[in-house]
Amino acid sequence: MIRTFILGILLGVLAAAGALYAFPAVDQERAASIVTVAPNGGNVESFHINIPMDRVMTGRQGEGVPVPPGLNWPQDEVLANVRTEMFKIRNARDSVVGVAVRTAARLDGETVIDWMLHLPARGSLFVNMEAVPRENGFRLGRIRSGSREFAPLSGMMGERWVANDSDDEDAPLGRIELRTTYVGELQEPDLPADADVEGYDQ
Amino acid sequence: MKHIASLLLGMLVGVILFGLVLVYNPFVTDRGLSPLSVTDAQVISLNYSVVPAESIVFTNDGESMHDPHPAKVLQLWEAPIRQTSAMVSLLHDARSRVAGVGVKVSSLSESSRLFNGDAIVDSVWYIFLPGNGSMFIQQTENYWPFLQNVAFPAWRSSANSWRGRWLGNLTAGPGALGTAPASGSSGRFAGLEMEAVESLSVDAFSSDHGFISAEGRLLIALPESAAGSAAN
Repeated sequence: MIRTFILGILLGVLAAAGALYAFPAVDQERAASIVTVAPNGGNVESFHINIPMDRVMTGRQGEGVPVPPGLNWPQDEVLANVRTEMFKIRNARDSVVGVAVRTAARLDGETVIDWMLHLPARGSLFVNMEAVPRENGFRLGRIRSGSREFAPLSGMMGERWVANDSDDEDAPLGRIELRTTYVGELQEPDLPADADVEGYDQ
Repeated sequence: MKHIASLLLGMLVGVILFGLVLVYNPFVTDRGLSPLSVTDAQVISLNYSVVPAESIVFTNDGESMHDPHPAKVLQLWEAPIRQTSAMVSLLHDARSRVAGVGVKVSSLSESSRLFNGDAIVDSVWYIFLPGNGSMFIQQTENYWPFLQNVAFPAWRSSANSWRGRWLGNLTAGPGALGTAPASGSSGRFAGLEMEAVESLSVDAFSSDHGFISAEGRLLIALPESAAGSAAN
């Protein structure tokens, strides 16, 4: 019987080790990436944010209705010119795939606008936007850094506000469109000088 | 019948033994001091509270140990972001003055290997320091030493809590020396590539409610050229 007991211990250890190996501690749900090839090089991926349903937070001093309710945004003087927003981001199929943070601030008389996109199963992107929007109301920015899947990539991202024209009661007020263009790390692109940017010139 | 009972009892003991070896694995050691704590480079130190109720905003799937704050914040319940949490926090400098605002977004990592002592979290920081600029930090954090020294003892205690003093580095990479790359985008940090390390100091933890008293710290080492220009 002692032998059976010892055999049981060995089997128990093996079963536990096998279970730990077979069932990973973390299994992230991954939505298939929807990436298209850009005619002028690189790959394009679009995300959007439905407003107001995807807005997690708007942090700014003097904000009338706090989002989320109960938000106590610091009133310190150093944050007087800082506006930080957090959103859920959706892919082209309208599925939530990540979290994004947008910060707009005044720094030494200049406007700073940064985006951070976090896609849990893939990695993160950090984009520094132009201070002034283009003629068509969109703004371009350069991918400044990325993690994991996005680490070796550079490229650019455009943002624009698209107002809703649907009469549907549940329709959002509009959406923020984010259009990323990824290129290899050795092909640092120059941002186009005019408004003739594929996908934003319509 | 006796043999079957003996086998089952043995298997139960085997599973418990495996669990104990997993938790007290002698081959898993703490990395100790971070390289930034002994660097000659100019270092920016930023402190923040990791207690969700003391943050500006904290959100997760709403079913985890830490409750979202404020209570009505939108929760991250959709499947692709269910294992993600986001925190917006006020950052203080070494003299406890408000230095800026930081946003941390963290996701459990599929590269976690508990048997190797890797409880990995992929996280990114966006930091804006008025007067200085903004930066992005990307890191892999290893929470295993925290789980081993704080969370597991708290779970084991009859009060489901732990009190004491634990200080450890969370950043485990992706830098070769266990540091996190930081990219500056504006102000004084524009164009700079820096290194950062995040550490955690815990005084009280509950296995029911999470952090009760704890503080995080970010050390960011500036490259020499930037430190020189800042000094000038």
